[in-house]
Amino acid sequence: MIQYETAVALRQACIDGQTTAQAQTEAYLAQIAKYDGVYHCYNTLNEKAAEQAAAVDAKLAAGEIAGPLAGVPVAIKDNLATQEMTTTCSSKILEGFISPYDATVVQKLQAAGAIILGKTNMDEFAMGSTTETSYTGATKNPWNAGHVPGGSSGGSAAAVAAGEAPLALGSDTGGSIRQPCAYCGLTGIKPTYGAVSRYGLLAYGSSLDQIGPMAYTVEDCANLLQVIAGYDEKDSTSTQGLSFDFTNALQNDDLRGKKLGLPKNYLGEGLDPEIEQAVRAACEQLAALGAEIVEFEMPMIEYAVPAYYIIACAEASSNLSRYDGIKYGYHPESFADLEDLYLTARSQGFGPEVKRRIMLGTFALSSGYYDAYYQKALKVRALIKQEFDKAFAEYDAIVSPVAPTTAPKLNESLSDPLAMYLSDIYTVSVNLVGIPAVSLPCGFSAAGLPIGMQLLGRNFAEEGLVNLAQAYQMHTDWHAKRPVLKEAE
Amino acid sequence: MSGYKNTGYEVVIGLEVHVELNTATKIFCNCSTEFGAAPNTHVCPVCSGMPGVLPVLNKGVLQRAVAVGLATNCTITQKCKFDRKNYFYPDLPKAFQTSQLYLPICRNGYLEIATAEGAKKVRIHEIHMEEDAGKLNHEAQSGSTLIDFNRCGVPLLEIVSEPDMTCADDVLAYLEKLKSTLEYLNVSDCKMQEGSMRADVNLSVRRVGDAELGTRTETKNMNSFKAIARAIEYEIFRQIELLEDGGQVLQETRRWDDERGVGYAMRSKENAHDYRYFPEPDLAPINISDEWLEEIRGTIPELPDQKQARYVADYKLSDYDAAQLTRYRKLAEIFESAVQLGAAPKEAANLLIGDCLRLLNAEGKEAADLTFEPENLAELLKLVAAGTINKTTAKAVFELIYADNIDPVAYVKENGLEMVSDDGALDAMIDEVIAANPKSVADYQGGKKAALGFLVGQIMKASKGKADAGKVNAKLREKLD
Repeated sequence: MIQYETAVALRQACIDGQTTAQAQTEAYLAQIAKYDGVYHCYNTLNEKAAEQAAAVDAKLAAGEIAGPLAGVPVAIKDNLATQEMTTTCSSKILEGFISPYDATVVQKLQAAGAIILGKTNMDEFAMGSTTETSYTGATKNPWNAGHVPGGSSGGSAAAVAAGEAPLALGSDTGGSIRQPCAYCGLTGIKPTYGAVSRYGLLAYGSSLDQIGPMAYTVEDCANLLQVIAGYDEKDSTSTQGLSFDFTNALQNDDLRGKKLGLPKNYLGEGLDPEIEQAVRAACEQLAALGAEIVEFEMPMIEYAVPAYYIIACAEASSNLSRYDGIKYGYHPESFADLEDLYLTARSQGFGPEVKRRIMLGTFALSSGYYDAYYQKALKVRALIKQEFDKAFAEYDAIVSPVAPTTAPKLNESLSDPLAMYLSDIYTVSVNLVGIPAVSLPCGFSAAGLPIGMQLLGRNFAEEGLVNLAQAYQMHTDWHAKRPVLKEAE
Repeated sequence: MSGYKNTGYEVVIGLEVHVELNTATKIFCNCSTEFGAAPNTHVCPVCSGMPGVLPVLNKGVLQRAVAVGLATNCTITQKCKFDRKNYFYPDLPKAFQTSQLYLPICRNGYLEIATAEGAKKVRIHEIHMEEDAGKLNHEAQSGSTLIDFNRCGVPLLEIVSEPDMTCADDVLAYLEKLKSTLEYLNVSDCKMQEGSMRADVNLSVRRVGDAELGTRTETKNMNSFKAIARAIEYEIFRQIELLEDGGQVLQETRRWDDERGVGYAMRSKENAHDYRYFPEPDLAPINISDEWLEEIRGTIPELPDQKQARYVADYKLSDYDAAQLTRYRKLAEIFESAVQLGAAPKEAANLLIGDCLRLLNAEGKEAADLTFEPENLAELLKLVAAGTINKTTAKAVFELIYADNIDPVAYVKENGLEMVSDDGALDAMIDEVIAANPKSVADYQGGKKAALGFLVGQIMKASKGKADAGKVNAKLREKLD
């Protein structure tokens, strides 16, 4: 069944002449037609996908393109600017918005011969941990449709998990790639800040956002990351001279000499015991491959969530100010004057979670509060960075849970936003510090829901992290499990 | 009474000057900065603030900002960064202006100005880089407002002075000095009418002897130096009258209506925006290396003050002439080239300051608009020095050089404007005039010296202005005395 092949296998099948880009694109479109009514992974489909796949087949035949993504279908999150499809961030305020340009990652995918299947559902403006804040409706978890897929890149995660795409791009501001991967049994990479161009990513928290790959295997993620990473002259926060080569990292399962830190205080209280057990078991597996596992303390984690929400919301309050109902997207039918237009467009265009974060961020930046909140959050950010620097002087990587629980049931998170924010405890530090992290499956709960763990590394240590994850996946089969899907009634 | 114009009050003025930099492209994208294009033709996703775009700093903006800082004796903030100034307005498509609050590029400088009481330093608090906003065009007929984003992202420097000025003359001297410095650096064309230079005036008054500053107002929207002077004068007396009547000055932003000659309140500072400044996360912090700083320092040309001193020393010009010539970079360039090509410095200065500036004023143009070749000015002055033409002819020919850049040598020749150099012909003309004006001759010889002037005038007329007036004078006296 083509839908559960890895991208690597799909590419090989094309090379071997067993299938074509067009045939496999059509197979994915058929899977989408069959299941997306249940799981709602996509906001928009690329109507030209099959046509574009045929064009890629011609190029492949002519030897004009090669590489691991040539002819491979990919789903992309609906916060990446595209000229051919709407870009809505799952928000009413961007209803019908067509970008006048393509995001750099979209251009890179197209240049590599990937076929974009469509734009995936997400929490509105990436604000949420469940994909339930989407204006287009919630995405369901393919492992259990009564549960959320996580968020904010929940549509991308569910699309891959349900076989509606072999690969997807998500974005990660505070865990938005890693947490849905953990909830959906996938592997995902949050690259180092600056590794992937943000040009064309509709910003949530500019100093935290990174685009990254999501797939079942780390090998697929690495291949996708290799294509999208690198300096972009349009993004001055992207890193000059950077390029990844994962060839060696993907072939080596010898972890001797690797020293991994396991923060003791990340385990224990607040963490689902099933998850602690799975993470500890994974550590044993890594140890069996030669790595040394050392338990240590990272006490600053306590301050990560408040610092993160102040910084992310402060940046968001500014980033989202441009959505004013005038130039594009939702435009109210009637309004009294300019101020009323702003008020009406933004009151009707944004959902409650987005409004909450805009207000929180506006407050944190207000005159008289700036020092007490924003400035203090920056100090905490610097302290957390120091803590990580200290840890990485000692360890090659840090092993940690991704989320305190497995995927919650639908409709049980949004009523208590504070509890939802606190569930980001293991993921947000990575964004505050800018370091890379790989989220990968390491077990299942008794209820049959996936459990994930993450590996954190120092800046630009993606190759090392991919190596660890690949070694683990060479000796485990969590990433090879597939859900039993439910057909529409 | 003492104080400003004997009012018993003294005046405290500080300026915020916005200058558009003359980079070919905008501060954060590659769109053209050209003025006057059709609306929304110089826009792209970045400067129109489309979702997902990112700014990339134009290095030319940074280079110009550093040059201005060095030329105004500032300390350069080698590690600086941008901040966001957040507010909603339709001419600002991102709803924030990328500016500098916490670490401006230049700090603690000064400019020296000449005042009636002698030289004075006006300190510069800071200079920061920022982007301009778009322009709203209100259409009276349809009642709608259209937005032109062409100006969005045009680079600006905001130059903030300390409140070191005490009258309109100080302000004009400061602005003139700033303008000529920027022109010399070739960083801006400083055209107030086109909005490439704008000044906001912060002004307060206090009774002479008061230690505390009065409440200040900010006046905007003056589009000429003359308007600035009028607006200042108006605001000074408005505040004094208000205080004299027992009232209070409100801290507010005011607009100047130059046509009606009045200022009026725009918005009070109490309802002012909270701009929620915070560091711009989309631009990496800037690091100006020592090497680059020195490289920029090396490109700074001789500035007006230095030039003025050199003109006095080398060309024996008066302070006044030297100051006038060096006020405009272009004028100084023409002067120096003409002198280098053989023109007498004093004569060149006289034509440029007297005639050239007068002609520019009459046309409402600036020295930067001059197009004639310095060579033609030099050739003209050489004709005078050689006694080929007289000064009256020289002035007339200069007007043609000014207007059409004509070749004076060819023109004088073609139009037969050479002075009458043939003594025989001159003698004949003098004799004729003496014969024709016996009464004036008798008056002169009878002691009425003024009569000689009349006779000289008659002879000049007979020569069609081409005689050497000095020579005519001498010859006439010889014949009559």
